[in-house]
Amino acid sequence: MRLSVRVVKKALVIGGGVAGIQAALDIADGGYQVILVEKTPSIGGHMAQYAEVFPTLDCPQCILTPKMVDVGQHPNITLLTYAEVQKVSGEVGNFQVEILQKARKVDHTKCTGCGTCWQKCPEKIPSEYDAGVADRAAIYIPFAQAVPAKAVIDTEHCRYIKYLDFMESGAEGKKPPQCRICERLCPAGAIYWEQEDEIITEQVGAIVVATGFDLMPVERLPEYADDPDVIDGIQFERILCPGGPTAGVVHRPSDGKTPKEVVFVSCAGSRDPEHGVPHCSRVCCMYLAKQAMLFKHAVHDGQTHIFYIDTRTTGKGYEEFLQRTMAEGTVYLRGKVSRIYRDGDKIKVMGVDTLSGKQVEVSADLVVLGMAMLPSIGSQELADRLGITTNEQGFFTENHIKIDPLESTCPGIYLAGAAQGPKDIPDSVAQGSGAASKVLGLFARSEKTPEGLTVS
Amino acid sequence: MRLEISSNRLRNEFVAKVIELSGQDINLCYQCGKCSAGCPMSFVMDLLPNQIIRSVQLGLADDIAKSRTPWLCASCLVCTVRCPKGIDIACVMEAVRQIALRRREDFIDPAGLERDTVAELPAIALVSGFRKLTG
Amino acid sequence: MDLSYYPGCTLKTKALNFEDSAIAAMAVLGVNLVELPRWNCCGTVYSMADDDLAHHIAPVRNLVRVAEQGSDRVVTLCSFCYNTLKRADLLMRNSQEKRDTINSFMDDEIDYDGQVEVVHLLEVLRDDVGWEAIGRTVKAPLEGLKVVPYYGCTLTRPQGVAIDSVENPTVLQDLMKVLGATALDFPLATECCGSFEIVSDPDAVVERAYAILGMAQRKGADAIVLSCPLCAHNLGQKQAEVADKYSDFTGMPLVYFTQLLALAVGVSPEVCRFDLSFGGVEALLRERGLIPQRV
Repeated sequence: MRLSVRVVKKALVIGGGVAGIQAALDIADGGYQVILVEKTPSIGGHMAQYAEVFPTLDCPQCILTPKMVDVGQHPNITLLTYAEVQKVSGEVGNFQVEILQKARKVDHTKCTGCGTCWQKCPEKIPSEYDAGVADRAAIYIPFAQAVPAKAVIDTEHCRYIKYLDFMESGAEGKKPPQCRICERLCPAGAIYWEQEDEIITEQVGAIVVATGFDLMPVERLPEYADDPDVIDGIQFERILCPGGPTAGVVHRPSDGKTPKEVVFVSCAGSRDPEHGVPHCSRVCCMYLAKQAMLFKHAVHDGQTHIFYIDTRTTGKGYEEFLQRTMAEGTVYLRGKVSRIYRDGDKIKVMGVDTLSGKQVEVSADLVVLGMAMLPSIGSQELADRLGITTNEQGFFTENHIKIDPLESTCPGIYLAGAAQGPKDIPDSVAQGSGAASKVLGLFARSEKTPEGLTVS
Repeated sequence: MRLEISSNRLRNEFVAKVIELSGQDINLCYQCGKCSAGCPMSFVMDLLPNQIIRSVQLGLADDIAKSRTPWLCASCLVCTVRCPKGIDIACVMEAVRQIALRRREDFIDPAGLERDTVAELPAIALVSGFRKLTG
Repeated sequence: MDLSYYPGCTLKTKALNFEDSAIAAMAVLGVNLVELPRWNCCGTVYSMADDDLAHHIAPVRNLVRVAEQGSDRVVTLCSFCYNTLKRADLLMRNSQEKRDTINSFMDDEIDYDGQVEVVHLLEVLRDDVGWEAIGRTVKAPLEGLKVVPYYGCTLTRPQGVAIDSVENPTVLQDLMKVLGATALDFPLATECCGSFEIVSDPDAVVERAYAILGMAQRKGADAIVLSCPLCAHNLGQKQAEVADKYSDFTGMPLVYFTQLLALAVGVSPEVCRFDLSFGGVEALLRERGLIPQRV
């Protein structure tokens, strides 16, 4: 007797960053159906936030946006944004998946993405896409190139939703305003207050997990101060981005002044078991060098200082890039910073340069912390739902770290990108394609024997 | 002269004694320098705290014996609480001091202190100073 | 409430202003600080060499005295005493081998195995009395007084003995706010003053004092509030030398938190012994109308 299951030739990709996008496109181009689930209102992931990317200084919008558009238009891809995988059962070749489509309160069959609503919405909330350096409205698309370019209403912050909740609760006191400005102004009549969360059930044969990373919050390093001018790497990407909230003109958050002395701190959290992160985050050496370079291109008389323990530049063209940053005048100070605090207009950075054997201090205008890369928030819960394992830091574990890095510990569930461990863009894209090829290999067979079962 | 590095040097008696007295695993240190970056007394030190640790790693007993650094360490523990590898650097400094003090090599001579100074100093200063700097 | 109280050497000599103000203020707050009978020196510094058990005997003996009183808690004022007693207690709790050796060495009647909790007075104020109750007891709020908190090393390090956050403690600020003073942000609040190096390298201590005093002055502080007699000495006694060397430094009053607490809850200024404080606290408080003008 042969125990086998019919392979459902449809794939689920979880996470719409560059790794997930690549995996979805490659599977779809191979002729199979793909459902791409992304929890935020747009695909693009962290890469869409970056100013320019190392080592070639491409504009990520230029190289990523076409792929995003391809995903949006691909006949084989069903894109579910603002959605999360809730439940998974079954096994390789035949998984049953429940996906929560969060209520957008906007009818996407009508919304044209014209922008009237988000321009007029009176509510202002720190923008996730701009990493808090700019605000967004309660009805919004995360960024101009969003896919889909259709609005969602943030029900936690929408004034009218608050009004409805207030009325329903029967609470006493002052009523929130019955705003509904978006509804009044929407030329397409797309606002849809009655829309509720929805559960979508799907059957798929394979799953690619590409849920990426989040940065360790700055607050976990209390010695590096809680100050508006001490920011993380993604925040500085937004400030440097020509298409960002400051149009690439560098202002510091506290007072809008152009910073002159900028300090970058690498290994902020990484390689620091006492702060719970023993690993190297792999990208900080390069992106801090790149940010120092971009800053000097933007502020010609600016001075950049990078505190580092070691420089790790193992990618193609990376070491050359780092040396160019040094040649262009960025000072590399070898040592970890002990303390950062505000002193009047300046941010004091108390460090060391072990090469000269000197304790050093820099009076900075702006400090950028190269915070550790951690698995994206919620990935542990997802691992539990998928029945796959994670390492101590929460990154998904591969079936074999060397010879089977793309398959998880569960057959039919594959890994791609930073969800498996800190990774740069080229490696994430390569893993996206690699995971896709594993899926295509599975789909090339009509039946699959579930592993672990005795076949006679 | 060039410093010869060998297993004999790396495993010498001094290194073993520092490890024994401090209870710290010296090899955990990857020389990030955070101890030196935050040390409030480093401005008077001839070797930075990370250089003391490095000297222990390399078995440089003589360099440490000549250094004033362990005696200028005020045991404030900033290095200890911020070390990313959890090494109690202040304990290593104490071990280095103890090795000298147990050979009766005091850093200060209490009898040599001026009468006025002794009268001016609070008991807490005298007792702690003698505890740390004399054997 | 009665609390066993361990004073330590300096509180009986140069820091009478610390002890007297604390006892009087706590009495107003309903806490009776009961001094331990027959206490001995805590050793001032905790011995960190792994094999040096002899020096732990002094602090442990004090903890035995507390247990003999039938008390399970002892409060200290001096930050050094707090640190040394607390760490000795942790050692006795955490290492059975060392505990047995120390207990068998001491001929005291009872063995010590961690039956006493060592607390600092700031913890008692925050956790037992509570800010709200203190606020209600304040008779003369310290309005207009701008202070910076200075914790020094031993209240917040190492991790296991810290009475508050290691990097960003707030307990002193919180107390000052309750007393009606303005507590300014002070980035050097937990930076070392130079400690016992005053004995061997007073010049280095002058530099440390300037770093701390100078920043307090730049921040616009009227005074530095502290909890350690050694900090008080290093930052106080050296002010003339600091001013000689650095002309931008003009002087900075130093005051124990207990002195301000006492004043605010209505203890007579004479009890606070401002005459023993460095940097001209008395003049400052008179000028602010917080203690009566001399006739």
